[in-house]
Amino acid sequence: MAIEKEKLLWMYEKMRTIRAFEEKVAELFAAGKIPGFVHLYIGEEAVAVGVCANLRDDDYITSTHRGHGHLIAKGGDLKLMMAELFGKKTGYCKGKGGSMHIADLDLGILGANGIVGGGLPIAAGAALAAKYQGTDRVVACFFGDGAANQGTFHEALNMASIWNLPVIFVCENNHYAISLHQHKHMHVTDIAERAKAYDIPGVVVDGNDVIAVYEAAEAAVKRARAGEGPTLIECKTYRHRGHFEGDPMVYRPKEEAEEWRKRDPIPRFEAKLLEMGILTPADIARIQEEIKAKVEEAVRFAEESPYPEPAEVLQDVYTE
Amino acid sequence: MGERIISMYEAIAEAIAQEMERDPRVFVMGEDVGFYGGIFGATTGLWKKFGDERVRDTPISEMGFVGAAVGAALEGMRPIVEVMFVDFTGACFDQILNHMSKIQYMSGGQLKVPVVLMTAIGGGYNDAAQHSQCLYGLFAHLPGLKIVIPSTPYDAKGLMIQAIRDDNPVMYFFHKGLMGLPWMTIIEATWAPVPEEPYTIPFGVADIKREGKDVTIVAVAMMVHRALEAAQKLEKEGISVEVIDLRTLVPLDKEAIINSVKKTHRLLVVDEDYLSYGMSGEIVAIVAENALEYLDAPPKRVAVPDVPIPYSNTLEDFVIPSADRIAQAVRELVG
Repeated sequence: MAIEKEKLLWMYEKMRTIRAFEEKVAELFAAGKIPGFVHLYIGEEAVAVGVCANLRDDDYITSTHRGHGHLIAKGGDLKLMMAELFGKKTGYCKGKGGSMHIADLDLGILGANGIVGGGLPIAAGAALAAKYQGTDRVVACFFGDGAANQGTFHEALNMASIWNLPVIFVCENNHYAISLHQHKHMHVTDIAERAKAYDIPGVVVDGNDVIAVYEAAEAAVKRARAGEGPTLIECKTYRHRGHFEGDPMVYRPKEEAEEWRKRDPIPRFEAKLLEMGILTPADIARIQEEIKAKVEEAVRFAEESPYPEPAEVLQDVYTE
Repeated sequence: MGERIISMYEAIAEAIAQEMERDPRVFVMGEDVGFYGGIFGATTGLWKKFGDERVRDTPISEMGFVGAAVGAALEGMRPIVEVMFVDFTGACFDQILNHMSKIQYMSGGQLKVPVVLMTAIGGGYNDAAQHSQCLYGLFAHLPGLKIVIPSTPYDAKGLMIQAIRDDNPVMYFFHKGLMGLPWMTIIEATWAPVPEEPYTIPFGVADIKREGKDVTIVAVAMMVHRALEAAQKLEKEGISVEVIDLRTLVPLDKEAIINSVKKTHRLLVVDEDYLSYGMSGEIVAIVAENALEYLDAPPKRVAVPDVPIPYSNTLEDFVIPSADRIAQAVRELVG
């Protein structure tokens, strides 16, 4: 394993930040401070972080309804994210988008997306533009096992294949399309098998092992940057919480959830870093404190920010 | 030197070519738009001039390539994407409804989606219910899209250049029967003078095709020509008809409609789209809200009754408004 120490620490910190942010969102949602619906990324942190650790600021991502982790891993600002979740004027989308529509063009975040599979063709188009413009930028496209049954998945993989586009299709297989287990919504065990239909590489990785995700993404990004085309990476993972906050989760056996919790990507990575001597228990405590402070600061910023004025509702439908 | 006469399909292809020369961010994609030149000729000659990269043939994957146009636009490109028939937007509706039209708003104005989605509309040639619809009313209903519907080669060119330069998503509907295609019934207006140099026509400015004092007819695309034909007949009967070509539904030139009705005191809306919940109802509502007291008679609508477009001549001719039906409606209005 030849990942630099700084990168390993960056990954650890990002994973911890996502976890802390999401746990705070769960708390605020339960307390009625965040309206609407939130879909939390807890348990899947290794996927976003392992992939984004290979991306540059000028690379692009498309995200999903469960997007907070992708945004944080790509460098999203916690304050602007939290303010958007609160529906405040200072949020990423001025309170017009909410949890499922956060975008940051400067960071190449082309938007979370409330439509399952909606981001796949958009990612292909962004990659087409990157190629057309003669750059070596790549696009990482996140989606779930449910989206792998949408037509957009097949159309986008086919287009990316025939046009040799620099896309990394990252399937976060958390095994549930809302309430429906994978074995009830498809017959294949490995979604990566579907890559064969489009003559592109398909790779299966343990999505709860950030190093494994990192290495698979590293190879795929390298391929894409070199003009060798797209890759499908399937990351096997599990969401610790419901599809949305408030989901009673009657569809999931408790034993199964318990089993997956033992494979929680954060303690696993932490143990590895301790063993490697890259982290000490004191470092962990310090990093946790720093992250906690950042999340608290984001909450404070969101709470103190004003709501948008009703008159602003008419702005941004069209641009002049 | 006489004016140059070209068809609408040539006018559209010329507009695109001129913008592609001006702006390297402009490119075209869609089914059979390359070597073939587009099923309705709107990309004629472009592939030869600009090559595979800028005039890109796509697989038959409407959701995929319309979504790809959105993604490319987010990254600063200015895609023109052709969906062969408007009827086929069913296969990419999500990308139009939930992505193209809303991304700018949902992102608080951060993201721009300067896509031109061009597509063919209209019936009258026995292509039945999945190849003959207009549907612009459906898309005009969605906030965030601009809706352009040219009726002449001159407007087709100027409106296309305007559409490409617009930073918003624009849906550009060309009527198959007006393109000047050799395999369609040729009507005179499909070949007309078009300047060679690039020019724009602003959106939201209706064109008064014919001035009159007794009745206002509001229409777009083929129905503009049917209305003009009816107006000629009616002139001989002593009825003076004003014909307004809206040219764009979003933005809409409400003022032109209201001013005309204030003058003529009678309104007929002619539409090749379905009758209910569409353009004709919207125009009548605008007049009712703004100029009801000027009306001497209840407004009338001649549109496709709420049935799918049928195949057989006798049935299709019955549902798509003809000059005779339009003339009859005008007579009832003034009678």
